[in-house]
Amino acid sequence: MASVSLLFVTLLSVTLYINIKSFILWDQSQTFLPSLSDSVLMDRRFPFKVLEHIFSFVDSNEDRNSVSLVCKSWFETERRTRKRVFVGNCYAVSPLKVARRFPKMRSLTLKGKPHFADYNLVPDGWGGYAWPWIEAMAARRPLLEEIRLKRMVVTDECLEKIAASFRDFKSLVLTSCEGFSTDGIAAIASTCRKLRNLELRECIVDDLGGDWLSYFPETSTSLVSLDFSCLDSEVKLSDLERLLSRSPNLKSLKLNRSVTLDVLESLLRRAPQLVELGTGSFSDELDPEEISKLTKALSELKQLKSLSGLWDLLPEYIPVLYSVCPRLTSLNLSYATVQMPDLIDLLSRCSKLQKLWVMDLIEDKGLKTVALCCKELRELRVFPSGADLDETDVTLTEQGLVSVSEGCQKLESVLYFCVQFTNAALVSIAKNRPNFRCFRLCVMEPFAPDYRTQQPLDEGFKAIVERCKDLRRLSVSGLLTDKAFEYIGVHAKKLRMLSIAFAGDSDLMLHHLLSGCESLKKLEIRDCPFGDTALLENAAKLETMRSLWMSSCFVSFGACKQLSQKMPRLNVEVIDEHPPKTRPDSSPVERIYIYRTVAGPRLDTPEFVWTIHKKPEVGVSRLAIR
Amino acid sequence: MENVGVCDEFVNLKATELRLGLPGTEDGGEAEKQKISCGRSNKRALPETEKDIESTGKTETASPPKAQIVGWPPVRSYRKNNIQTKKNESEGQGMYVKVSMDGAPYLRKIDLTVYKQYSELMKSLENMFKFSVGEYFEREGYKGSDFVPTYEDKDGDWMLVGDVPWEMFVSSCKRLRIMKGSEAKGLGCSV
Repeated sequence: MASVSLLFVTLLSVTLYINIKSFILWDQSQTFLPSLSDSVLMDRRFPFKVLEHIFSFVDSNEDRNSVSLVCKSWFETERRTRKRVFVGNCYAVSPLKVARRFPKMRSLTLKGKPHFADYNLVPDGWGGYAWPWIEAMAARRPLLEEIRLKRMVVTDECLEKIAASFRDFKSLVLTSCEGFSTDGIAAIASTCRKLRNLELRECIVDDLGGDWLSYFPETSTSLVSLDFSCLDSEVKLSDLERLLSRSPNLKSLKLNRSVTLDVLESLLRRAPQLVELGTGSFSDELDPEEISKLTKALSELKQLKSLSGLWDLLPEYIPVLYSVCPRLTSLNLSYATVQMPDLIDLLSRCSKLQKLWVMDLIEDKGLKTVALCCKELRELRVFPSGADLDETDVTLTEQGLVSVSEGCQKLESVLYFCVQFTNAALVSIAKNRPNFRCFRLCVMEPFAPDYRTQQPLDEGFKAIVERCKDLRRLSVSGLLTDKAFEYIGVHAKKLRMLSIAFAGDSDLMLHHLLSGCESLKKLEIRDCPFGDTALLENAAKLETMRSLWMSSCFVSFGACKQLSQKMPRLNVEVIDEHPPKTRPDSSPVERIYIYRTVAGPRLDTPEFVWTIHKKPEVGVSRLAIR
Repeated sequence: MENVGVCDEFVNLKATELRLGLPGTEDGGEAEKQKISCGRSNKRALPETEKDIESTGKTETASPPKAQIVGWPPVRSYRKNNIQTKKNESEGQGMYVKVSMDGAPYLRKIDLTVYKQYSELMKSLENMFKFSVGEYFEREGYKGSDFVPTYEDKDGDWMLVGDVPWEMFVSSCKRLRIMKGSEAKGLGCSV
């Protein structure tokens, strides 16, 4: 099937445009670029049915976006067959347009707030409201089955609307969302008869109690995945037991912390077919008999591939997990505050592990074990435990990552928090693992140079971008000069997302990036000393990207105005919680968020967000509708 | 050109802007760092803490206290909260703080809410670490002993135990350290 879509892509003599262009195409009353129709090999007489059939094999939305740009008939056929719709920025296009364009839509994925919202850099109330989308889909696409939202504000009204409007609704996945309560969840549970997936991943929920679980009707047997790990309150054990007993298709269960260890066994007995398990708290006192029962229950989970939760994991309970280790492909220990020796004990048994999330308590020694034992490892994330602030000795250095890069041939994705680093280590890592697709290094000390040579980490990151030709995502840190970004601009041609903090010397840095990184889609920058010139010189680039975030940089209000007037299809948002009384052009702005859009300035901005108006004489327009 | 004017204004803004940076890299950098490490005037002078000199490999920029930077390190609040609550929960309702004593190989943890006043706390510490703390004088600190009890407060400053009212102490104390020897004298005797 892949070869069929590849065939079409190679037949096309059109350069790959971006998603937004296809909306522009449609937006302009369905006229299309004349030159395209001449160069196309398949003409309009090619039967729709055949096209439709062929397009049904094209899964990737990127390919579909390219397909839709070929000519009008391809556009039409593609849009009528697209089932899974992805909108990377909910403000890039209006819900109405999306609803109208894809009549066969069954699944909608939306992303709202900028990524830096995760780190409290976006004030509350900025936006990202799911309601207009839910409302539009409810009215026009009642056959919608799946809604996946990330970093959006979802209210109980939204959830109730979903429950009431989509009779075949199957799947709700909310990641890092907020604004709803357990009442909303209850509405989904009680009304969506065909519900398969209910996943709340790291959401901030107004927890009014564990009753919501009892709202799953006794007749509901369709659950495939349930994730309520982010909720606080206790659910009733009997409700949960009964739900598990009548859900033979349940493959993924992620409990919350208030599910105590003593009841885990009883739950697992009722769901031996689980493939993914997120336990609750793992710290209660169990007597030997209970321990033995739990061990047995875990060993019965023959399909189990993924284990998470493990809150407050006590070292004495690690043997209980031995039986599942050899089968595990994914292990999330990032909430388990166990020390290195215990981690080694566990990880040395996980030979099939592909994904490991752990805290820095693993130390270099633990990572060496991972390098020796987990040869299938593809993704590693090492989070800071804060132990260094307590001055407990945690020996996690750059050596840990070097070991893993040496030992794990398949490693392609890394997130690593470390106090300091060296260029030599980065060079080794790059040499060992040219197959990195995602490399995120957070040197926690801002401006920290190579601690052995006191040099900036320019050369280290140069090695990374030079060698890792497939790099899609990069986060840099430590002391970096403009040179580092020159290297990135020159080499990182496939880079799509880049995160920068406390780096660079001048406008050159931004200029290198915007002029060099051809595939760049998302750029987020904080606390870097530049702005205006590079921004204005590379304005056109911004329309090829999804978004640009800059906070605590030197961007002037005047530059924002110029940029906005120059680029009609960019929203230039100024986010300023402490706005000055007057705003001369030279005044710096706290934060800017620039994103391409065909929807024009949004109408739901709060009082601390200004969308720069396109007309010079207006300057700033605050189009706020609450 | 207009741009030049903008740049000039930026230079001025830059000079007044508070930023973090290695000394010498930015104009404001050095001043800012010194400002942070000075402490407040109404607190006793800080003794040089040995931990920074001892710890291997830490860069100069790692010296205390770390200024709080919003959103740094970039860890999701969800994750931060979950680790925090874990610590609080596992310690029950009390206000647990770590206690270390110079020369002693072990750390202890005590619950401050168990005590009602300084004398009770001192007795308990003396029992725990087998030392005697001498007598506290308001202006002169502790006399009659080589040991001086100090604590780190919420702002990261090291204070003498007993300087502030008990309630204030309990609410601001992050951890205790019983200093010994010449260091202790320095702290105890300064104004």
